[in-house]
Amino acid sequence: MTAPAILVENVTVHYGEVLALDSASLTLETARICGLIGMNGSGKSTLFKVVMGMIKPDAGRVLIGGQSPSKARKEGGIGYVPQSEDVDWQFPLSVRDVVMMGRYGHQGFTRRPSKADRAAVDEALDRVELSEYADRQIGQLSGGQKKRAFVARGIAQGATMMLLDEPFAGVDKRSEATISRLLRELASDGCTILISTHDLHAMPALCDEAVLLMRRVLMHGAPELVLQPENLAMAFGLDVLNPNAPERTHPAGTAAVVHSATAAGTHPKNRG
Amino acid sequence: MELLLEPLSYDFMVRAIITTALAAIVCAVLSCWLVLIGWSLMGDAVSHAVLPGVVLAYIVGAPFALGALVFALVAVTLIGVVRNTSRVKEDAAIGIVFTSLFALGLVLISVTPSQTDLNHIIFGNLLGVSIPDLIQVLVLGVVAFAILILKRRDLTLYAFDPTHAHAIGLSPRRLGALLLGLLALTSVVALQTVGVVLVVAMLIIPGATAYLLTDRFHRMLVIAPVVSAVCSITGIYVSYYLDTASGAMVVLTQGVVFAAVYLFSPRQGLIGTRLAKARRKKAAALQAA
Repeated sequence: MTAPAILVENVTVHYGEVLALDSASLTLETARICGLIGMNGSGKSTLFKVVMGMIKPDAGRVLIGGQSPSKARKEGGIGYVPQSEDVDWQFPLSVRDVVMMGRYGHQGFTRRPSKADRAAVDEALDRVELSEYADRQIGQLSGGQKKRAFVARGIAQGATMMLLDEPFAGVDKRSEATISRLLRELASDGCTILISTHDLHAMPALCDEAVLLMRRVLMHGAPELVLQPENLAMAFGLDVLNPNAPERTHPAGTAAVVHSATAAGTHPKNRG
Repeated sequence: MELLLEPLSYDFMVRAIITTALAAIVCAVLSCWLVLIGWSLMGDAVSHAVLPGVVLAYIVGAPFALGALVFALVAVTLIGVVRNTSRVKEDAAIGIVFTSLFALGLVLISVTPSQTDLNHIIFGNLLGVSIPDLIQVLVLGVVAFAILILKRRDLTLYAFDPTHAHAIGLSPRRLGALLLGLLALTSVVALQTVGVVLVVAMLIIPGATAYLLTDRFHRMLVIAPVVSAVCSITGIYVSYYLDTASGAMVVLTQGVVFAAVYLFSPRQGLIGTRLAKARRKKAAALQAA
């Protein structure tokens, strides 16, 4: 039996007095695509940081492919696609420069690119269909192309696991379909993919499984099941699939709903 | 030609030009990262905060660079501590720490005999560069330059996406520390030329100028030092003929060139982009006709 791609076991994280993750557990098998949903402040980015080893949990443990996160990082297995707002799009780098950064782990002291590195970058650019934009400054791409450029960086890196933070924010429907198709291809090649997203509509087509996060894992299962309105209400406190519903920013109400849901403990946490 | 050669007949002018060009080049290379990370204020802070270190080094007879490095480290640590453990925001923390350390340096100068020498640290003493000064600047400058160039790709990655750096097993914290260490080292190099007060100009203006001229980082790394070196040498010549303060003239020249680029750069310039737009319109009109 092989080790799961991601194993998060009873992980608790505090930021000062604030509880960000409360004994969260999550197991993800290799080559699965998992969508992580939850409100802002539900611990999605904290969970990402824990998986990448940027934060040491106060309690619990994390294993990536059976190894410690730091070992997994050194082996270059972890690819990361940042949220759009975390990137300086004015930065004077070309698309090719950014994708080449995926190769740094394979390179020597000065990161001088070898022939193999260049070939890997070209191949990755080709794979995400950005070859003709390779020499553009990264800010001069469309929203979807920007995302694909970072996915290409993960491909060039040879990542066996990819973390995508809000990949569909600011991306039009067509690009969203392109990215989804690309991610499905990567998964069928054996890449494990964890996505944090607000885009619930794209989930059933894209994800093999979905996780509902509210400081702890409320639910983990097939997207169709997790996305049931009554389950979403548990995490968001509102009917989020209804476009006419008001913005889902009712922290007080949400907290109450979640509290009762978790206290009752009647909701399934299937799949492990 | 005569105009260019005449100053070179004085040894002190030759030393001044070599020192300035060297400091200008190293500072300019470093400035490319500083302006992109948004560390200009940090550059200001570190370059001022090294003053007490330099004075103490002078008092005990240690190398200036050592004192400067220690106090750069002290400054950065204090800034981090104030920011992380109180509700004071980073810019305020920087402002508090560097002015206090700078003031400490001024106090130390005022109680140290042989003040003339130390006042040069504040305003620079370009025309009084001695041979040992020159050698020190040369050694430190070459070391800082070599590290910056050899590690340029990692530093750029750190500036652009520290999370990815972490994800592939590098240490963003260590890269940040390396950059700060080099900032301290470079501050010492530039002290000699323009003095503590104006170092920050050499650490920001060239990078900012280059950033307006290109959207490729590797080109910035060429443009910034070339522009900076040319400006600095021009500044020295101008100060020679107009008999003005040399360090200040160097910085003023850099500022003037930045202003020109800001206005006329074809890519980003205020006027340059409008001219380009007008040309495109005209071409389109001609084509339509």
